[in-house]
Amino acid sequence: MIKNKFFKRLIEKGVEAMLTLSGAVTSIIILFMCIFLFVEGFGLFKSSTVEEGYSIYVNSENPVSELSPQELKQIFDSEVTNWKEFGGKDQAIRVYRFDEIFKTYPEEEMGEDFSILPIVLGDVVRENEGIVAFLPTDFAPEANNGIKMIPADQISFSDFFLGEEWLPTATPSPLFGLMPLLLGTLLVSLLAISIALPLGLGVAIYLSELADERTRRFMKPVIELLAGIPSVVYGFFGLVVLAPIIQKTFNLPVGETALTGGVILAIMALPTIISIAEDAMRNTPREMREASLALGATKWQTIYKVIIPYSKSGISAAVVLGIGRAIGETMAVLMVTGNGAMIPGSVFDSVRTIPATIAAELGEAPFSGPHYQSLFLLGCVLFVITMVISVASEVISKKQNYKH
Amino acid sequence: MNRKISQQIAFTLFRIFGLLVVVILFSILGFIVVNGIQVINWEFLTTAPKDGMTTGGIFPAIVGTFYLIVGSLLIAFPLGVMSAVYTNEYAGRGWIVKIIRMMTNNLAGIPSIVFGLFGMALFVNKLGFGDSILAGSLTLSVLVLPLIIRTTEEALKAVPDSFRTGSLALGATKLQTIRKVVLPTALPNIITGLILSVGRISGETAPILFTVAAYFLPHLPTSLYDQVMALPYHLYALATSGTDIEASRPMAYGTALVLIGIVLIMNLIASFIRRRLERKWKRN
Repeated sequence: MIKNKFFKRLIEKGVEAMLTLSGAVTSIIILFMCIFLFVEGFGLFKSSTVEEGYSIYVNSENPVSELSPQELKQIFDSEVTNWKEFGGKDQAIRVYRFDEIFKTYPEEEMGEDFSILPIVLGDVVRENEGIVAFLPTDFAPEANNGIKMIPADQISFSDFFLGEEWLPTATPSPLFGLMPLLLGTLLVSLLAISIALPLGLGVAIYLSELADERTRRFMKPVIELLAGIPSVVYGFFGLVVLAPIIQKTFNLPVGETALTGGVILAIMALPTIISIAEDAMRNTPREMREASLALGATKWQTIYKVIIPYSKSGISAAVVLGIGRAIGETMAVLMVTGNGAMIPGSVFDSVRTIPATIAAELGEAPFSGPHYQSLFLLGCVLFVITMVISVASEVISKKQNYKH
Repeated sequence: MNRKISQQIAFTLFRIFGLLVVVILFSILGFIVVNGIQVINWEFLTTAPKDGMTTGGIFPAIVGTFYLIVGSLLIAFPLGVMSAVYTNEYAGRGWIVKIIRMMTNNLAGIPSIVFGLFGMALFVNKLGFGDSILAGSLTLSVLVLPLIIRTTEEALKAVPDSFRTGSLALGATKLQTIRKVVLPTALPNIITGLILSVGRISGETAPILFTVAAYFLPHLPTSLYDQVMALPYHLYALATSGTDIEASRPMAYGTALVLIGIVLIMNLIASFIRRRLERKWKRN
């Protein structure tokens, strides 16, 4: 009997321990997420600005001894064709890519294991004063008498966070600039919220102050369903219906624009805004409404002079969470914004958001390469933004609760 | 008189807004239903895609989504319920619970693509599951966990304290009370959360992009380590990257309708159960 009781106790304690452990499960997951995202993402700052396994060489007569990733890109895209723009001599830049060697020397002449290749390449660099050569490190000539290697830096924080170009697959030196993606994300989200806020607030006022019980009972599931529709379906709808409409209305070459994304995201953020704002308004104490009405105010005056100021923090929380939903949304935006990774100039430009970039590029990025790591770093940025938003909305809605 | 007019204008505007929301929902639903219903037949639901996804059906995607739902709920449901039981029944009101709640809320706010990244880093690469049902289910279960925890907690909170004290007074232990009294009472509400999770899981695309989803698989998966097709990803693929996008449009409409159908039916069942329960509590 005593033994039995002891056993029961033991089981009870065991179960309690298990429950405690599972209570911590979300915290553990968040911790793991932090670790994995940040370890992988911050690996980017250890990788070199020049593509792995390659180096850049110039003739040693050339006074230029350092080239930034942006400058390299300008050279290889033929945007800059003279060395004097980078402080060198007034001389044309001759871009030399590795495979050009096979045009002048057939492969058979390279000897066993291409052993002659470095020597031939060395000659090429030595003979051309204006050359900039992009060569694989394995076959590279030695950097002396007439040949100079341009040292590759590590990708810096400012390259990523302040970079204005996102060209992750550019050779020889990919550019991982956050700015176009961040601005694209913010533009689409702000568009969404500036459409969804007045609309959502209006519906919230309607539901909490004007609608009768029957309308409310009809509207609640409508809003729930709107929240339940999968984002890929919104994306599909945006692509097939909304994009052509926007294209026709504003007479644009394509309908996939920041505005299209903003409208779709506005619809998706509506349920969040409506339900939180409505809750906040319903929490306004009855006495306050009645006092206002008793003073002779109309219902509308009561709403905008008493109820809205009173539920200010609830409404702010709704806005913050709505923005959060919009910033993190992936599939719908991926399908309707056109995905041009450039800093947007107007709402009719094609934009690419941070989540859409991850979704579009992760499948093609080589495992653990700089591109892969940069996408994880984008994940970190999203993670931090949404964490800040969660905490902010919690702090704001706490304010609301203190009032009671 | 002026203020009466401005009230009139404002209220009319709000009514229009309310109507607009209804119109938006029904135009999306209507658009999908009207276009999709023409495609859906028995063959569409039971055969694999053919001819570069322009004809045939979506059977492998339905099966794949089904596996993912079952897989992720097998993991997330017990874990979520246990977590909620701990915070609601054991943990009291101290700072630990506050932190746990905050973490659960934060997890709920993280964008789904970040779950995809996390799942790829941990389950696909680190643990070496590869692109597989296992990795996809684990990723989706992490995503849906906050939803299950939250709905279960609400369900547990709705159980009157007198039930607990009554059971304890009869000499039952805490565990017995939870198992025999609290959980059975809260069960229907917990099931509501479960059903909502089914809707959520079946619609998510971003987390499965890199953990399980296959563009095209003619055969069904045979093990946990196989890739599968899934409805939301299939819709995405059909809408954006088919070999012949115009020709595969009808397939896309059909897929969207099936997907929306699953989600809507789950939502309707959940709200039906909830409403019946509310009525029952009112009667008591």
